[in-house]
Amino acid sequence: MATSAPGGKAAVSNTYQKARTWLLLPSWLVLGSLSLIPVILMLVYSFLTKEFRGGVIWDFSLSAYDQFFFDRGLFGDEPPTIDWTYISIFWRSFWQAGVATLLSLAIGFPTAYFIATRPVRTRAIWVFLITIPYWVNLLIRTVSMKFLLRDQGPLNEALIAIGLIDSPLQIVNTNLAVQLGLFYSYLPFMVLPIYAAVERYDFSLSEAAADLYASKWVTLRRILLPVVKPGVIAGCILVFVPSLGSFLAPDLLGGAKNYMIGSLIEEQFKGNAGNWPFGAAASMILLTIVLIILIVFAQQQSRHEQARV
Amino acid sequence: MAELTAKLDVRSYTGFKAVTLLCLIILYAPLLVVTIYSFNASNSIASWDGFSLRWYVNVFTGPESTKFKLAAWNSFVIAIIAATVSTSIATLAATGMIRAGKFKLHMLSFGLISLPLMVPEIVTAVATLIFFNAIGFDRGLTTIILAHIAFCIPFAYLPIAARMQGIDDTVEQAALDLYATRKQVFTRILLPLMTPGIVSGFLLAFIVSLDDFIITNFVKGAGVETLPTAIFGAVKQGIKPNIMAISTLLLSVSVIMVTISYLVSKTDKTT
Amino acid sequence: MQGQENAIDVRDAVKRYGSFTALKEISLSIRDNEFFTLLGPSGCGKTTLLRMIAGFEDVSEGSIQLFGEEIENLPPNRRPINTVFQNYALFPHLTVLDNVAFGLEMKGSSKSEARDKAGQMLELVQLSDFSSRKPAQLSGGQQQRVALARALAPQPKVLLLDEPLSALDLKLRKAMQLELKHLQRETGITFIFVTHDQEEALTMSDRIAVMSSGELQQLGSPRDIYETPRNVFVADFIGDTNLLDVRVDTIKDGQAICYLEGGHELHCNEVAGINPGAKVHLCLRPERTYISERPIERESLQGKVIENIFIGTDISTIINLLEGPSFTVRTSNSDRASKGIFEPGTDVFINLEPGAARLLLD
Repeated sequence: MATSAPGGKAAVSNTYQKARTWLLLPSWLVLGSLSLIPVILMLVYSFLTKEFRGGVIWDFSLSAYDQFFFDRGLFGDEPPTIDWTYISIFWRSFWQAGVATLLSLAIGFPTAYFIATRPVRTRAIWVFLITIPYWVNLLIRTVSMKFLLRDQGPLNEALIAIGLIDSPLQIVNTNLAVQLGLFYSYLPFMVLPIYAAVERYDFSLSEAAADLYASKWVTLRRILLPVVKPGVIAGCILVFVPSLGSFLAPDLLGGAKNYMIGSLIEEQFKGNAGNWPFGAAASMILLTIVLIILIVFAQQQSRHEQARV
Repeated sequence: MAELTAKLDVRSYTGFKAVTLLCLIILYAPLLVVTIYSFNASNSIASWDGFSLRWYVNVFTGPESTKFKLAAWNSFVIAIIAATVSTSIATLAATGMIRAGKFKLHMLSFGLISLPLMVPEIVTAVATLIFFNAIGFDRGLTTIILAHIAFCIPFAYLPIAARMQGIDDTVEQAALDLYATRKQVFTRILLPLMTPGIVSGFLLAFIVSLDDFIITNFVKGAGVETLPTAIFGAVKQGIKPNIMAISTLLLSVSVIMVTISYLVSKTDKTT
Repeated sequence: MQGQENAIDVRDAVKRYGSFTALKEISLSIRDNEFFTLLGPSGCGKTTLLRMIAGFEDVSEGSIQLFGEEIENLPPNRRPINTVFQNYALFPHLTVLDNVAFGLEMKGSSKSEARDKAGQMLELVQLSDFSSRKPAQLSGGQQQRVALARALAPQPKVLLLDEPLSALDLKLRKAMQLELKHLQRETGITFIFVTHDQEEALTMSDRIAVMSSGELQQLGSPRDIYETPRNVFVADFIGDTNLLDVRVDTIKDGQAICYLEGGHELHCNEVAGINPGAKVHLCLRPERTYISERPIERESLQGKVIENIFIGTDISTIINLLEGPSFTVRTSNSDRASKGIFEPGTDVFINLEPGAARLLLD
């Protein structure tokens, strides 16, 4: 077959090849100046000195990163020991995000599978129902979660009314509340990639497995899951990454004891107690972690694509 | 052909349906609860006292109403401007990426366009704040609009690009074959066919801008409030019933927009 | 050919994609008011050549002339040539009428003028009742006719058709073949038709260019190509054929004397370029041979019947020649009575009609 498929459904054409630079210039300009350069500046700021009342003094300094990892200056008299305060905040954020991801997976996978196996006409409606909540303001969703889980909130009232508990469960301002909040915020992101993957799955494979005496659950584990794995991983990443840097859930649902990275960073830029370079440094660290996760994921994906060919 | 019983059907697993319903309940319960309680006649949020519209009245005419109305107006203006500009830029970008042949910077361009999606929101917020600080640009309405334009671009881009890829390229060749200039191919053929995607992209960008909290909070400066930041400020002082009412209103706007976007794509008869 | 300008002149056209050469120096001329077909298997370059004439592919080397004027550097929207695409490429958001009117509008007609002419075009293809419908509401055959009307409406000098009938079912395809032929006669426009279906090419064309692997194999009328194929590819691609290995011994009085493996002697017409000593193929069409118990014709072969296959209008008889190879004889049902059917296992003679045997280059 000729390499340029004539009369075929090639999605890319070169009708506008000559105008290409002009077409892409606006997006390059806008995103370059408002997305790319800011990140670079942030990197620069993380190496500057803090100004009281916010802002920076343009003096090079490693104190931001220093403060993050160690408890005294690198160049002090005694060798620096690692200060776990901030590292533990990061660690806790990982933990919270991880739990939220697992929760989403537990609920999201069966949901995605169920929807993908509905008749074609109803499928779109199910998907629509799942995605609507996502388009509601995250703030409102978090607030409504808080409202629901309060000590005098409807959930507790309902549980007491049914008789499951005697006195209200203290959920707000606990780890659990934050995890629930994160899980609630990003659940549709778990469902959609898995749904897409299961939809593409060839069910005759399951039929073949059944023909060869496999039980349904074994088929799920050993046949379906490996095929659908990229979608599952995509879903996990789409929940984990935003959860990691989340601000609203820990702030509104977690209270002072449940500090996460997002809260830490936000604090640096509010009011007079802030430390801009430190905030920038923490953001850089968060960004680096996220980019590493994404790059690893992208490589996994391309390897998976190549293996399929 | 008889319907397979659940036991025989290779596709069905016991309990999955139940989990799905649970999932939907979890997703909608908090929103429904807020909506219901927004009609609560009682003063406190704890007890239900009967159905009433008083909190909606409070939102529009009560003591805080000017603040909220101004915030809502700001949000609306910002969203309209950001959505329009970002959708236009995204349309041009999509044409450049998908209808201009393969080129070396293709991957890089796509990376740049999806940059806002890959960076955690709080990092974007910090970076943008630092950017405006570094160039000495005073924070205010303009900074919010600029920031929104940037992060709305990928949201507008995705549906437009998806739609464009579904348009058969031989249709462009046919138009050229029939003496259309490149400009005419764009205005008479591509643009009409892309319209559902552009509308989707616009609506998406609009909602995303309207709903944004973190980035707006960082770059807004002291004097300006958008609806989400105003609500956040109010919530920090304690959840009051009028917050419920505003939340329900905002919620409804989002739902309506998404439904419109969905219906637009469904009624598209040209695919 | 003197004094009459050709519609299309392709001179030494080459097309390369990186290191791959799709067309290797093709030269051919297409006459005005001719139904010309590019025929060949997938990947032979016929569609590439068509797209070069339309303007959707650059010419790596060589030139293309339209009535004497060089067009290979003109963009497609400046060539007075229109295309019927394989997948029709109708504009989904325009009505049938506006689709057909499009080219006229682009050329400068007002919308109402264009629609008038488009209406006339639709009458020509008998689709006037559908003018306000959208393409998605039409059947495949109807869409095809709209594509045709759309390409003809601007009255191009040449019409290109890229396998337009391949998506239609058999009966519809046969009906459309006649319609296209009729249309070409009526409009007087040069049609250049691309297909891989040799029966279609034979039915419709004034002349056929057979292509393979980027090269022109033979150019001629359907009859020429069928009865006097130049080489093994053409002989094998068009219709069924028997191919025998022979060695040419001598050439005398326009006759070539050849020998099969095993020494059996055959006489056939000489072919320019095939000299004594050459080892070539001999082409024999199954329907130009018949079986008998004793040899009747001057030239004949011997063998044993293996199988008779009934294919409706004919019977195909498979015979193993004495020399080894398999040979197919085709007898039409009407000749069955006179020529007889021979049971498997019978020793028979295969008679070659005079002039049926043809030597092939390579």
